[in-house]
Amino acid sequence: MKLNTDNHIITIEHLSHAFGGKTVLEDINLTIRKGEFVTILGPSGCGKTTLIRLIAGFLKASEGKISIAGEDMTQTPPHLRPVNTVFQKYALFPHLNVFNNIAFGLQLKKLPQDEIKKKVMQVLKIVTMTDYEERDVDTLSGGQQQRVAIARAIVNEPKVLLLDEPLAALDLKMRKDMQLEIKAMQKKLGISFLYVTHDQEEALTLSDTIVVMSEGVIQQTGTPTEIYNEPSNSFVADFIGESNILNGIMIRDNLVEFAGHQVECVDKGFEPNEPVDVVLRPEDIYIFEMSDAAQFSGLVTSSIFKGVHYEMMVTTPEGYEIIIQDYHCFEAGRTVGLRIKPFDIHVMKKERHCNAFEGSIWDSSHVRFLGHNFKCNDDHGFAAGTKVKVQVDFNNVILQDNEEDGMLGGVVSFILYKGNHYHLTVLTPENEHLFVDSHDIWDDGDQIGISISPESIRIEKL
Amino acid sequence: MTRKTIAASYLGFLLIMLYAPIVIIIVFSFTEARVLGNWTGFSLKLYASLFQGGVTHSLTGALWNTLIIGLTAAFVSTVLGTMAAIGIFNLQPRAQKAIKLLNAIPILNPDIITAISLFLLFISIGISQGYTTVILAHITFCTPYVVLSVLPRLYQMNINLYEAALDLGATPLVALWKILLPELKPGMISGFILAFTLSIDDFVVTLFTIGNEGLETISTYIYADARKGGLTPELRPLSAMIFVTVLLLLVIINVRTAKKINYKTI
Amino acid sequence: MHRRILLFIGRRRNWSIPYVLYLSFFVLVPLLLVVLYAFTSETGGFSLENFRKFLMHPEAMNILIYSIGVAMITTLLCLLLGYPAAYLLSRMETRKARLLVILFILPMWINFLIRTLATVALFGFLRLPLGEGALMFGMVYNFLPFMIYPIYNSLQKTDPNLIEAAQDLGANPRQVFFRTILPLSFPGIASGIIMVFMPVISTFAIAELLTINNIKLFGTTLQENIYNGMWNFGAALALVMLLLVGLTSLLNSGGSVKAAEEGGLI
Repeated sequence: MKLNTDNHIITIEHLSHAFGGKTVLEDINLTIRKGEFVTILGPSGCGKTTLIRLIAGFLKASEGKISIAGEDMTQTPPHLRPVNTVFQKYALFPHLNVFNNIAFGLQLKKLPQDEIKKKVMQVLKIVTMTDYEERDVDTLSGGQQQRVAIARAIVNEPKVLLLDEPLAALDLKMRKDMQLEIKAMQKKLGISFLYVTHDQEEALTLSDTIVVMSEGVIQQTGTPTEIYNEPSNSFVADFIGESNILNGIMIRDNLVEFAGHQVECVDKGFEPNEPVDVVLRPEDIYIFEMSDAAQFSGLVTSSIFKGVHYEMMVTTPEGYEIIIQDYHCFEAGRTVGLRIKPFDIHVMKKERHCNAFEGSIWDSSHVRFLGHNFKCNDDHGFAAGTKVKVQVDFNNVILQDNEEDGMLGGVVSFILYKGNHYHLTVLTPENEHLFVDSHDIWDDGDQIGISISPESIRIEKL
Repeated sequence: MTRKTIAASYLGFLLIMLYAPIVIIIVFSFTEARVLGNWTGFSLKLYASLFQGGVTHSLTGALWNTLIIGLTAAFVSTVLGTMAAIGIFNLQPRAQKAIKLLNAIPILNPDIITAISLFLLFISIGISQGYTTVILAHITFCTPYVVLSVLPRLYQMNINLYEAALDLGATPLVALWKILLPELKPGMISGFILAFTLSIDDFVVTLFTIGNEGLETISTYIYADARKGGLTPELRPLSAMIFVTVLLLLVIINVRTAKKINYKTI
Repeated sequence: MHRRILLFIGRRRNWSIPYVLYLSFFVLVPLLLVVLYAFTSETGGFSLENFRKFLMHPEAMNILIYSIGVAMITTLLCLLLGYPAAYLLSRMETRKARLLVILFILPMWINFLIRTLATVALFGFLRLPLGEGALMFGMVYNFLPFMIYPIYNSLQKTDPNLIEAAQDLGANPRQVFFRTILPLSFPGIASGIIMVFMPVISTFAIAELLTINNIKLFGTTLQENIYNGMWNFGAALALVMLLLVGLTSLLNSGGSVKAAEEGGLI
């Protein structure tokens, strides 16, 4: 066990960060091993940049502990931390040439001139920028500036190199090349890289370990294969690669029902008839002329050539839409058969089966939750003021176009397509999440009104 | 003491140094004493006598001259400068650069060089100095600032707007009037105000181009007065009023530029 | 013929022609006249007499050297006082800083003669003698904002990522300042130096008023010569000043055009 922790270069424990009263990071726990390439992946605003800035020392944590190379560095100012950063927009010093940019850190350490020169030349060779040392940084192309930024950081031999979306400003072709180079560089240098990106493909290509983040919380940590094949929840499944996510019921071990059919799978350990989420990767679904081999039948409604494969939308007679990728084309209008192998079906435990809130009885016919008094059936039999648990099914929440029409307002913050309906996450004015199944099409960020009918509100004693 | 209080007191000290003289002028504009520094009780007599003329007839005349010269120069500069900006915007980059450089000369030139060179021009062509020469001189140093106020608007403008108007059937003249000018208006107004303030503030160029026919502006009046040994008491209320006017104009410019979020043009 | 004129006016790029002509006639020709007069004797005809007179005349030479000294000291004082102020302003919350910057610039909009007379009044009020001390105070007072503004501007534009990058590479707060913030503000300092040094060297009224005519600066000498009809000698002196000013802007290459564009709009 001792040996194992010695191998950890960064340990983050219970790290939280709040800014302006808003929690940006919540209870982050993360370890990075020596020589490991770790990527923090998440949509913009998920807190990934905040995390990297906390590690670099540009921000001070509200709570928790950051240890680097076995030392507690939570309060250490950035210039004393043994990490270096490659900034998103490079942040090269415009008043210094390439050589002096790279030598900046070494000069501060008061290394002898000839040693500085030797080291700078070495890293210039690593980033394949030999002969550029006299150039002004603003005469360099984006990719070249990127290389100088990396050279400037690694020349200091940091314990960990932090890279904050370093390729975001480059064009696609350049980005692909640089990805390979960064990976090769990391292998050669043998130091740990902590890489932040919102590009899932980049994360899958580069990393030993991926940390998926959303809304300030780590959703899943694992190898690229684990993350891709066994997403731990529907957010990860939706964010990494394309996927069909459908509601299902686990009939018994190795048998799951979804889209109106019972299908063999390899998952077990669920309660009998437990509701689950089923993830099907579009490339894992076989599509062929309708035949006896088919588990599902369906009608192709669209077919688009995507360069290597075709992406087809198939609607089943039960009304489910499924995305399929295949090298063969089936034109729109054709009836096809679909089949999925048992190990290509990924079954995920549902995080919740319905909305559950803490509330209190207001009077005989009203219950208060989400900061609003909702009318409820008057047969609950609790005295006013009693703390209760309130439950509302996803499909019993009514959304309205106009905020004023609802009992309270809200903002759509996340949308998941479930094959035949949308599963929405709605942020209420009191910053609570309300989950809604809807057949209507909403957009991220839509301002909406929320209503719940009295019959839909279930009240239980806490 | 914390860093913050040190910072605040340092800035406070500089501001007091900058404002002390102005505050003294304004305070002593409300007393009658002829010598500045003697307080003989609150009075508006200096303001009254400034407006009644009578005693200070030449000061009122100078005020009018200043305003007329300022408004004329600002108007001509705005028209000339806006046209020039539109022209420059439509030129090739190299020609643009050349004209911009030419445009920078009057701004970079020390006042006294501008003044002497214009003086030599006017005596060389034998034009008698007076209103015309002062206004021509003021246009010379005001227009570059108008060009610099209008040009950024052109660069920021969506060039498609003008083309869209033509596409929808507007003649170039109509497109100019309905699309281009409204887009440039904020820059033109800022330029006009700037030109006006520069003109009424000018002393050196005016002194060299105003001739000796007795024409006076506020600046030359103050100078002549000061050389005679003092500040005519009525200058105190006048300065106070100029300060307040300039303050208001500045607020207007700043509200306008704040909207543009263009930090360059405070 | 009529059609061709219309076509010519219709071309947008031709719209800069009137302004270019105006600038040529009222800026370039006058500057050439300065050169012409400088190299001409009273009787006409090419001559180096004016320059010989200047070099042989210890008084004019002394005044020039003294003026350069005053300008250098003023510039240095403004830099020493202004840099900390600009730095403090740049560290503030933008909206607050903007308001304070406006406060610093506001006094500039009052006629400098009135400001200078107010300084005279302040010294009288505080019972301080006029003279060299008052002259330095008056100069710094008049030109300090011209130093603060461009430096503040360049500091304020500094990319915060660069400061973080320096910290990240191991620079402590002092090293961050001397190795990153200060060098990055050099363009602002260059603009500030130009905007203070050049006007100081060419002013003339400030010195007269603040030293009761005891100290003459080069600008005064220039003005007196022109006023006394010594046009050729005056032009030669103006040319000397022009060379001096040109030299300053050359030393700050690039900074001067920027100064014109930024400072101009104060």
